[in-house]
Amino acid sequence: MASSTTAGAHDHPRGLRRFLFSTNHKDIGTLYIILGSVGGVIGFLLSLAMRLELAYPGVQIFPGLAEALHGADPSMALDAGKNLYNVFITVHGVLMIFFMAMPILIGGFGNWFVPIMIGAPDMAFPRLNNISFWLLFSSLVLAVISMFVEGAPGMKGFGGGWTFYPPLSSNTGSPGPAMDFVILALHLAGASSILGAINFITTIFNMRAPGMTLHKMPLFVWSILVTAFLLLLVLPVLAGCVTMLLTDRNFGTMFYDPAGGGDPLLFQHLLWFFGHPEVYIVILPGFGIISQVVSTFSKKPVFGYLGMAYAMVSIGVLGSIVWAHHMYTVGMSLNAQRYFTLATMVIAVPTGIKIFSWIATMWGGSISFRAPMVWAIGFIFVFTMGGITGVVLANASADKQFHEGYYVVAHFHYTLSLGAVFALYAGFYYWFPKMCGYMYSETLAKANFWLLFIGVNIVFFPQHFLGLGGMPRRYIDYPDAYALWNIVSSFGMIFVTLSLVVWFYAIIDAFMKKRVAGANPWGVGATTLEWTLPSPPPFHQFQVLPRISGSGQ
Amino acid sequence: MFNVNRQMLTRGALAAAVAIPATLCAGVALAQVEGQPVPGGLGLPNMVTPVGLGTQQLYNMVLMPIISFIALFVLGLLIYVCYRFNEQANPIPSKLTHNTPLEIIWTLIPVLILLFISVPSLRLLAQQVEVPEASVTIKVTGNQWYWSYKYPEDQGGGFGFDQMMKPESELQPGELRLLAVDNEALVPVNEVIAVHITSNDVIHAFGIPSFGVRMDAIPGRLNQTWFKVEKEGVYYGQCYFICGKDHAYMPIVIRAVSREKYNEWLAQSKQKFAGAGARVRIADSR
Repeated sequence: MASSTTAGAHDHPRGLRRFLFSTNHKDIGTLYIILGSVGGVIGFLLSLAMRLELAYPGVQIFPGLAEALHGADPSMALDAGKNLYNVFITVHGVLMIFFMAMPILIGGFGNWFVPIMIGAPDMAFPRLNNISFWLLFSSLVLAVISMFVEGAPGMKGFGGGWTFYPPLSSNTGSPGPAMDFVILALHLAGASSILGAINFITTIFNMRAPGMTLHKMPLFVWSILVTAFLLLLVLPVLAGCVTMLLTDRNFGTMFYDPAGGGDPLLFQHLLWFFGHPEVYIVILPGFGIISQVVSTFSKKPVFGYLGMAYAMVSIGVLGSIVWAHHMYTVGMSLNAQRYFTLATMVIAVPTGIKIFSWIATMWGGSISFRAPMVWAIGFIFVFTMGGITGVVLANASADKQFHEGYYVVAHFHYTLSLGAVFALYAGFYYWFPKMCGYMYSETLAKANFWLLFIGVNIVFFPQHFLGLGGMPRRYIDYPDAYALWNIVSSFGMIFVTLSLVVWFYAIIDAFMKKRVAGANPWGVGATTLEWTLPSPPPFHQFQVLPRISGSGQ
Repeated sequence: MFNVNRQMLTRGALAAAVAIPATLCAGVALAQVEGQPVPGGLGLPNMVTPVGLGTQQLYNMVLMPIISFIALFVLGLLIYVCYRFNEQANPIPSKLTHNTPLEIIWTLIPVLILLFISVPSLRLLAQQVEVPEASVTIKVTGNQWYWSYKYPEDQGGGFGFDQMMKPESELQPGELRLLAVDNEALVPVNEVIAVHITSNDVIHAFGIPSFGVRMDAIPGRLNQTWFKVEKEGVYYGQCYFICGKDHAYMPIVIRAVSREKYNEWLAQSKQKFAGAGARVRIADSR
């Protein structure tokens, strides 16, 4: 490879050096995808334990789990089990958001394909890229350690939900160091994402190939650009928010303690000022992936490209000014609730534009039902389901019936557990041949889809009924009347588990059978730059920058 | 029991019209007991307060039909597109990428739908938040892991008590596991009850599904909500904000009785709980 004076820059490290010290966007992307898969599998196992527990009324498995995991004394096992359940729901949320969805969608696919799609050789700051990844890895380690140190008095781990509201997360509720581990994990994850966001913004603004104007960029790049801006704006708020919690816990400040003139609601406002944009941070890259996939397999350019791009921008802007719709029951003034109701409902408009534009892209197309397209169509349906219950919950008046109940759980799992995850799988199967050069098995990929589609719908659809009936969330045990829909919901986990097994097998199968994918396995519909490169792409691509002409999308 | 009222009928009819699984609902709704969760229930509980009835109307008559229609519409479009424009049916893709009138329509129609929803929604919101003149005020305090009630002296009370869940071993026949408590809180029927809510330790939330009431109990804040129970009976609620290991074990029981029985209960309770929470004022913050 090393042919001339640029030998150093074109170095191709191998083995440990290649991955530990990697500055190559594709290798770092691969690392992110592996980290996200590990985080996702742990998060899934936690939810499996939760669904097993909830299959029947009464407390069955968590006391035993607490004995096995924490060596809890059998006489204390019931209490330790109840606490462990809360720890599981907390860590499940943290892992799925920060260590599954974000790493795979932004760190993984973003790193892999943003530079390639804009015709750049790599990210703008390759070393920054490396430190972003290892900060996130350290953060995951801290988050997992938090489960095994003291939180609430005499209990292991922090069990207060992923939103960490004080006083439950302050010294009142969790004096032990578990919450400090969580806070430091959030600091590291936040720093990692901020550095990543800076890197993406710089790359997209400065490293586009000649002719690749902003309005010719693929929509996936647009989605990462909007996401990066959101990250950059809201993560510092989270950092400040949890730092004040840290000083409240350790240095005697009273930001959130009413006894010292503080206010627990301050934390909630700051947390959700980050937290609501965060859900768009998770779903926007998914929107980008779905746009690429739908266009490729319909063999048509995306319908209403500019509308699609600016719908994402407006979702980003609107998503940042509606945070208090998570706080309708805290006792806000009537006018504040009116504002947040109306502003939240407005988000349905750009979201609707996206749904209809995807369908319009398919309209008149020549659709081939390859696995990524099947996942994308599944996404459009389940995301619509999650979106419409979002319109219900946007209403402060209706929310008072559903707040902190299972209707909310069903809603956000339809948008995230189904929406973001289906987009993630669509992207995974879409780019898998590009990333490793081998074709996956269509049969296995579709089996994976149908098992997960059936599974998650059985798991989450009945939860709407539980929520309508009034079942509160984050309950280890529930009144017997809720038993029917809970067992149905838990039954669905069988399919979800099987789908995960099939997914693993599909990966092993692809690497064993070694079906060569070729540069472009998808045919005429695949028009973005990654399909002009061989599969897998060379370690350094675009030694000569591509020139973009025509209309891009 | 053939306790069929108009609400149940409209509710049943709607459910049948909007969704296939919900058609089962009409049958289930007939057997419903007010105030407690219904086994296998598919819809909202039967509401017994003006706000609850408003919520039920907003959800069953406005939100539920609209969102069901949108879901079925999108599903229908997807199925049609997959059938009509697959590779076999349509081998040559069109190049259609813009249609300005269409884009304006699918922006404007959602706006109109949202405006349509917002009118009844905001009306109900004002009804929830603006507390009318109340004849009884109760102060409810969340604790890890039980609720405390105080009845002010100037309204015939002047006592307070804790409401603890009955452990499974102490349940009498007919009492509900996880919902039955030692001390029920009584309120007079058909009167406006203002509830002041706060907490002594971490955040809890006071919620009763059949009242349409859900309000956070936050230390250092005194939140206010209200209800007017229009039917005598026992109404169960639970804690709706995670508050530690026994979050699932702090139920709420409100029994609505006639004014006479309520007065009797006040007199008895003054004796029973004497000394427990003596001399309470409404705006007592702790």
